Amino acid sequence: MSIIVISVLALVALAILFGAILGFAAVRFKVEGNPIVDQLDALLPQTQCGQCSYPGCRPYAQAISEGNEKINKCPPGGESTIAAIADLLGVEPEPLDAEHGEEKDVTLVAVIREDECIGCTKCIQACPVDAILGAAKQMHTVIAQECTGCDLCVEPCPVDCIDMVPTERTLQSWHWPKPSALPLIATDA
Amino acid sequence: MNMHHFKLHDFAGGIHPPQHKSQSTQAPISQAEIPARLILAIAQHIGAPAKPVVKPGDKVLKGQIIAEGDDFISCNLHAPTSGTVASIETREVPHQSGMDDTCIEIISDGQERWVDHQGLDDYLQADAQTLIARITQAGIAGMGGAGFPTHVKASIPASKIDTLIVNAAECEPYISSDDMLMRECATEIIKGIEILQRILRPQQCYIGIEDNKPQAAAALQQALKENRDDTHNIHLVVIPTKYPSGGEKQLIQILTGKEVPVAGIPADIGMVCQNVASVHAIYEAVALGIPLIQRITTVTGDAVGRPQNYRVLLGTPVSELLRQAQAQTDKIKRLIMGGPMMGFTLASPHIAITKTSNCIIAASAQTLPDPAMEQACIRCGMCSEACPAQLLPQQLYWFAKSSNLEQAQAHNIADCIECGACSYVCPSNIPLVQYYRFAKGEIKQAQRDKQGSEQAKLRFDTRNARLAREVAEKDAKRKARAAAAAKKQAAKKAAPAPATNLSKGEPAPVAAKAEPAPLKKEALKQKVLAAQTRVDKARERLAMAQQQQLETAGALELGLNKQIDKLTLAQKNLEEANR
Repeated sequence: MSIIVISVLALVALAILFGAILGFAAVRFKVEGNPIVDQLDALLPQTQCGQCSYPGCRPYAQAISEGNEKINKCPPGGESTIAAIADLLGVEPEPLDAEHGEEKDVTLVAVIREDECIGCTKCIQACPVDAILGAAKQMHTVIAQECTGCDLCVEPCPVDCIDMVPTERTLQSWHWPKPSALPLIATDA
Repeated sequence: MNMHHFKLHDFAGGIHPPQHKSQSTQAPISQAEIPARLILAIAQHIGAPAKPVVKPGDKVLKGQIIAEGDDFISCNLHAPTSGTVASIETREVPHQSGMDDTCIEIISDGQERWVDHQGLDDYLQADAQTLIARITQAGIAGMGGAGFPTHVKASIPASKIDTLIVNAAECEPYISSDDMLMRECATEIIKGIEILQRILRPQQCYIGIEDNKPQAAAALQQALKENRDDTHNIHLVVIPTKYPSGGEKQLIQILTGKEVPVAGIPADIGMVCQNVASVHAIYEAVALGIPLIQRITTVTGDAVGRPQNYRVLLGTPVSELLRQAQAQTDKIKRLIMGGPMMGFTLASPHIAITKTSNCIIAASAQTLPDPAMEQACIRCGMCSEACPAQLLPQQLYWFAKSSNLEQAQAHNIADCIECGACSYVCPSNIPLVQYYRFAKGEIKQAQRDKQGSEQAKLRFDTRNARLAREVAEKDAKRKARAAAAAKKQAAKKAAPAPATNLSKGEPAPVAAKAEPAPLKKEALKQKVLAAQTRVDKARERLAMAQQQQLETAGALELGLNKQIDKLTLAQKNLEEANR
């Protein structure tokens, strides 16, 4: 009889002890925020272009993490981003949703035709990364280095003086292309 | 100094391609003609391109700076001869990409008028700072082919360096420019080494030279013997001929048995490596004050009638050199700058010589035929045996081909020196090194993109924070205004008849009752003070007007009187309130 009592007591004591440890750990090592959102956000290209219909990359990451959004709505990231997200979440990669735009081969940068600019500041307000410099009734210009090529500034411009042009390849940014693919049989070449 | 009793090490892999060096070593170095037009690319080195400091139409003297290094890792560029700057525009430059870049074009006047320049006589007594400044000024970049700014390597703290290695291996076929330089300028090279020793204070110094250059080795040995003091501990080490023993990491391994760590630089293990031609340029810069404006370039290949080495001004078009070397232009199938292993094909012969152009190969279709058809990998493993960096070329090939950059990185593709030994031995003619170059480029691009996206994210977050702050500030202001209005309203309600003539300066008895006495007194005091200031100002203006005898003096006097009246009134009001 006493063995039963002792064992019950021992188990109860252990339960209380481990419960206390777990409870302490839950408070002490509490993770602030949702780590998966940060990981998803890090995979997105941070153009903040809103083509996914969310106001920026982080909100889209948030939506994906909540499980109610598809992972194929980011055209600037393209297939490689979709593959990376699929890898992270352990889901099947899907082809890019064409509804949200197409993946572009070249990176773009906004250029303001400066003599046509009327200084309305509308593009400045639209730029998600503060890459446009200017003031009311003063000419505006794009800080090319900071421009993500999201083209959110093009639409608000009342005089259509903003062009999206491909970024210039310099000797410093050039790298070797992939050798052309192997033909299946020698006579194909 | 001891050539004997030196324990040589070896590196894994390597190949023995045909040398083809003897063709261009039969004649001594000859001085190339000064071309009518020189074309100087502003990016002849690794790092930031130099910034032009001349404009079209400017007259320049030989040795004058025409573009300045724009960063620490950058190089000055000097006019190789005197003349006039014709243009600064984009042109074809010697680069693997075949792209255009900014070049400064100089029309030479043929007079070779020098800018003021002076060498340091007692350079072996000078301090490191002075010597490094001289090297920086002279715009020296690694002349073995990579073009890394020499002053950056010289600026490594001396405490970190215990071994200086002078790279005289010149392991690539065809090239003989370092060989000829050593034969003819051995003394200057030894003096250049002494300058580097003065800067870096290494415990020992090795000159690594392949055994296919016995004349050069003998010349260096002779120069070492003749050198007045023997205390400098310079060892000439003759190493077996094997490609790529001239690779920085491979040469270090041969001479010291130590390996440069993954993704590291030689300085991490206390070594610094300099090409022998760069060392010669250091001597000229420090001792003679001559900047890097010319170099030795081998012109060879079976389409060249008189293959030999030329002392050539930077900016000389390759076509000029080919003409002097009696090349048969119709026979040239491929024109290569650099060696056959690591060099690249020139798109046009009008491209000009740069600081890194050690060799021009004009080859016919027989000697350098088009690369053969790439066939499937048969997994023979010859590439692994040839790889001097002990990587797994086959694995890397699959990863690069499928753009699996993560795995390529995990297999240390960054340690590939792109020597091309794997492609050379591949029985299936797979251009392996091209795949690695592609993958390395993609990895670098991905890193740049990552940095860019992090920057964009930071700016986006900062902007959002700013917008939120602005909204909060506006909100706070609006609330403050609303509170003030509410207070006023309450005060109005409390006082049935509000003061309307307060502004006229006559205190309304009703208002005085409504406002608490101390507040009212405070307000009146303010008014007196303000009136006082106005009076003072008006007086000043009047005084000035009177001094200059302006017509406005009368009007100003009237204004002053009015202000004085107001002041008295305000003072009276205050006194009343005080009572």
